[in-house]
Amino acid sequence: MIEFVNFFIKYFPDLYQGALITIRITAVGLGLGFVLGLPAALLRVYGGKYFRWLAVAYVELFRGTPVLVQLFVIYFGLPDLGVTFSRLTAAYIALGLNSGAYQAEYFRGAIQAIGSGQMMAARSLGMNRLRAIRYIILPQALRLVIPSWTNEPISLMKASSVAFLIAVPDLMTKGKLVAARTYDPIASYICVAIIYIVMVFIMTGFVQFVEKKVRVPGFEMEELRV
Amino acid sequence: MTKPIIEVKNLKKVYGGREILKNIALTVNEGDTVVIIGPSGTGKSTFLRCLNLLTYPDSGEIWLDGKLINVPGVNQDEVRQHYGMVFQDFLLFNHLTALGNVMIGLTKVKGLNQETAKEKAMKELRHVGMQDHIDQYPGQLSGGQKQRVAIARALAMDPRVILFDEPTSALDPELIGEVLGVMKKLALEGMTMVCVTHEMGFAREVADRIVFMEGGVVVEEGNPNEMFYHPKVQRTKEFLWKITELYASSEKK
Amino acid sequence: MFINILFYILSGAGITLSVIAIALPVGLVLGVLLSLVRVYGGKLFSGLAAVYSTIMRGIPHVVLLFILFFVLAGTINLSPLLAGAVSLAIISSGYQLEIFRGAIQSIGGGQMMAARALGMTKLKAIRYIILPQALRVAIPSWSNEVASIIKDSSLVYALGVPEILRRAQFMSASTYQPFIAYGIAAVLYFIMTFLAGRLLDKLETKTKIPCLQLEK
Repeated sequence: MIEFVNFFIKYFPDLYQGALITIRITAVGLGLGFVLGLPAALLRVYGGKYFRWLAVAYVELFRGTPVLVQLFVIYFGLPDLGVTFSRLTAAYIALGLNSGAYQAEYFRGAIQAIGSGQMMAARSLGMNRLRAIRYIILPQALRLVIPSWTNEPISLMKASSVAFLIAVPDLMTKGKLVAARTYDPIASYICVAIIYIVMVFIMTGFVQFVEKKVRVPGFEMEELRV
Repeated sequence: MTKPIIEVKNLKKVYGGREILKNIALTVNEGDTVVIIGPSGTGKSTFLRCLNLLTYPDSGEIWLDGKLINVPGVNQDEVRQHYGMVFQDFLLFNHLTALGNVMIGLTKVKGLNQETAKEKAMKELRHVGMQDHIDQYPGQLSGGQKQRVAIARALAMDPRVILFDEPTSALDPELIGEVLGVMKKLALEGMTMVCVTHEMGFAREVADRIVFMEGGVVVEEGNPNEMFYHPKVQRTKEFLWKITELYASSEKK
Repeated sequence: MFINILFYILSGAGITLSVIAIALPVGLVLGVLLSLVRVYGGKLFSGLAAVYSTIMRGIPHVVLLFILFFVLAGTINLSPLLAGAVSLAIISSGYQLEIFRGAIQSIGGGQMMAARALGMTKLKAIRYIILPQALRVAIPSWSNEVASIIKDSSLVYALGVPEILRRAQFMSASTYQPFIAYGIAAVLYFIMTFLAGRLLDKLETKTKIPCLQLEK
């Protein structure tokens, strides 16, 4: 046991560098996913036939295929068509697209939970659809979605680990390097696991704190597990 | 004198720091209909659940047919086969039809074969008037119908005693009558019953004995005539007056 | 050319399906058993199950896969395919534990009480009353988890197992057509998750309990 603690202390600085990259990837992916997911959800609920189809195709495609395959298509496949990305950028894009699909489902659930009555009331006041969405639907939906949406940052952080297969210098990659150096894969990856779980714990705590602060009593929906 | 089916002495139960049952004594003879009344939350349901050991008492004695049952070494599951229980929220098994609900105790607990179980189940469903609904699921039945199936389920096990825990409290007013009707029928047929209820009309008509419980103790007990018209304890008088007023006005309708 | 790539990658589908065919049932059995421990076990075992689920769900699947793989391959000498499949099953059981726990709890304590009032032992009550209802209620969430397992099977790529993704990579390297190769892989996975979803929808309709009322 003592040996393991020493091991952990010795290699932590290296792993730590990786953890920072992991956090960065998660943050960018989350942001990109938000920017993609919210419009996708809106198109899905309020869009015309073609836009709706587009949104559904996006969501089904990115939720129905492994994130690792998506990553490979973007990093290895796109150069074939003339579009090349750096490792990190490819990771950002793949994770962003993937997260966006999941976020779209969370947002869609919240928007639909609000109900068509709200839109009807807004339009009866003379608002056009866009105004109604902006001033009536979204403010409510964004509050309602928080408990389920907060599953996503945690999900995303875990998913980001696949980036190590295209040698992005994240926590998992650093773990692999330590494993190669020490010929002790089990100990190395357990260290990696511990750091991940600590990060997840911290995130969960933060998320619960935010949830509590923002909660409006009586205004909740059943938590959606996507 | 017939030997009592149930004898309870000095029953105590503590729940979450509070003494829910302080010192209960009760005797139930064969064929008796005992009705327990009292304000909500005073341990009546807990007491009922102690009788069939769904809730284990902290101290005291419960005797069933001359055997002490709340001691270690007693097979609780076996004991419960001798009781039937009907719950306030029916608690029918949602994934089984009415017939399935009544049969399952027979097939899986008593180990009867399918035909024998089905015969017995049909008999009890006819007994409660539900023979036309045997293939329906609980979700498709009204509250009164559900409760009648629940009674048939309990009857099918040929229990020594049936325990009723506020069987009509969750029912719409129009449906209460059909359930009370079945209960009355059972009482007249000689079934031994212990009922917790607020239905004073039922208590007055059908009960052999009424037990007024409050604060974890038996305040007073006696036959309906004594309890309603000549109660000895002031509190009993108060409670019955208030309740009777409430129910008398709805009975007038 | 395209056909060659397609068929080569398709031959990996058999391996992928084997991995899933092992991981899914093992994960299911483990998940249901653990959920029963979590709900009906005493304080100690229930707590252990909770820790298990927190660990399995708090660590990235790749990391867990590697740890479990090295442990399994080291001690028992399993092939990468088996070790990978079993590892995926163990990871999934953490999630399935929570799915079935939620389902059992939504059935409500009253059902258990009614079963025991008839004289059923706890075990009989679980087998004939609780599980038949809980398993049905769990189907929608479980169908999500099935999709997860199908997608996670791509991770065993990292263990060298010659499944779809590994084959796609080989094709990509040898034919210099990475977009087509990986594109085909993506389509294959999509077809698998799509079909699984459809099958489970059918299952849900077939086994539905009419007008089921659940406790919130």
